[in-house]
Amino acid sequence: MSAIPVARPSNPIAAPAVAAWRTLLPSRRTRLGLRDKLLAWPVPLAVLLLWWVAARFEWIAPQVLPSPEAVALTLKESLVSGELWGHLQISLMRVIAGFGAGLVGGLLLGVAMGLSPTFKGYVYPLFKAFSQVPVLGWLPLLMLLVGIDEALKIILIGKAALVPIALNTYKGIQGVPTRFIEVARVLRFTRWQMLSRVVFPAALAPIWNGVRYGLTHAWLTLVVVELLASSEGLGFMIVYGRQLFQLDVVLAAVVVVGAVGFALDKLLALVEVRLLRWRKEAF
Amino acid sequence: MKALRGWVLPIALVLLWWAAVRFGWSSSPLLVPPEKVWQTAVEQITSGKLFAALGASLWRDLAGFAIGASSGLLFGALLGASRLAEKLLGPSFHTLKQISLFAWIPLLSVWFGLGDAAKVAFLSLAAFFPVVLNTFEGIRSVPADLLEVGRVLRFSPAQTWRKVILPAASPSIFAGIHLGLIYAWLATLGGEYLLVSGQGIANTMVDGREHFWMDLVLFGVIVVGLVGFALNWIASRIEARALAWRGRSVAQF
Repeated sequence: MSAIPVARPSNPIAAPAVAAWRTLLPSRRTRLGLRDKLLAWPVPLAVLLLWWVAARFEWIAPQVLPSPEAVALTLKESLVSGELWGHLQISLMRVIAGFGAGLVGGLLLGVAMGLSPTFKGYVYPLFKAFSQVPVLGWLPLLMLLVGIDEALKIILIGKAALVPIALNTYKGIQGVPTRFIEVARVLRFTRWQMLSRVVFPAALAPIWNGVRYGLTHAWLTLVVVELLASSEGLGFMIVYGRQLFQLDVVLAAVVVVGAVGFALDKLLALVEVRLLRWRKEAF
Repeated sequence: MKALRGWVLPIALVLLWWAAVRFGWSSSPLLVPPEKVWQTAVEQITSGKLFAALGASLWRDLAGFAIGASSGLLFGALLGASRLAEKLLGPSFHTLKQISLFAWIPLLSVWFGLGDAAKVAFLSLAAFFPVVLNTFEGIRSVPADLLEVGRVLRFSPAQTWRKVILPAASPSIFAGIHLGLIYAWLATLGGEYLLVSGQGIANTMVDGREHFWMDLVLFGVIVVGLVGFALNWIASRIEARALAWRGRSVAQF
């Protein structure tokens, strides 16, 4: 056999596999890491340059596309004046309240459905039907029932977080391998020991996945609810800027929305490393 | 008997609702009798209003989804196939992905107006992100062994794509398309709320809310749920059919 898999750089398919293998070599890894970081910049910088040139020579009206400096300046001003912090604080409070409610409810519901087939039999079909209607489908109904105050936002954000958390918790508990349970039976674990030492640790990874999805959905929902019905918060800042045709305000708020979403995701990733560390230590 | 358990709670809720109306527990105009919702449903269906609204929503949904998913497939394949493309474009993509979807709407409305163009652009954006991510991950996780076999068999690049990469990545790609479909439906509703103009199922609900027609709003909620369910069902049928050659995996007993 002459064609034993030797990397031939001419073959386009071979390149990724070889590159993946090479990055494992420690001596090249750091050098490649630096190069990779540098490679991330040309595209955004080119876009920024194009944007700047387009704004500078007014290829596009400033009402439609403000210059990057204008956006940066607005961002800085609203940071310094504290206006942005106020909106950000309100938005964060709403997310925390709604996500907290969704988290508690979702975990309780998921655990109950996972542990008790009877409960699941009664509740699961209704839960499934309830989750088929997207968050935004409930919005007009809830607006009629609870008005457009804080309650609306917190209920909707809570619903957005509850569904993925409950579903993943339930599936996670269902998916605990039977052999773990059998070992625990052999060891004559009590019911409490069974839950705290076998079922929950084994289901923790999917549950945590659900929590991460839940937070992403909560943040997504917050923005849309604030866009639709709010007089403060980041979403309101976007609507307000849009109404006054101050796109620099809109873009500054969009940047903040993206940054907070990114920070929330990173925060949960950090917690995950701590929470699931025992998995690595076990081997 | 156990199969009937799922019906207990929904029936109890409807009974409670009916009793609340029947015995006048609340005088709120929002408490409409269940029959009223049924009448509204019949009226909406027979007068063709429902189909006009739903048709407009679904048309936009599918148009936006088609644009977003197909460009997402191409972009995801590019990121997956080329390390250079991943390094150049990947970080920008992952940064943009963090921006909450609906935050794009005000910008899109300035750039594309309030009509169908802005909605379709928004929907394609909603479908684009999950499709790109899953296509990229699917292609990246094609087992190296399979690629090596392809090389031993001296496959041309086209053959490698058609016979090795795409089949191996297809479960992940389908998962992305499925997600894209769900997000596109969510975005259809959001787009109609925020870019208020024209027809659509969400516009019907907004209309009902503004006039305090609870029956119309409840009917809208049911329709939205049914459409979501139908889209989900169709996507999983297509997925099951397209992936039938893989056989049953251990996970789907």
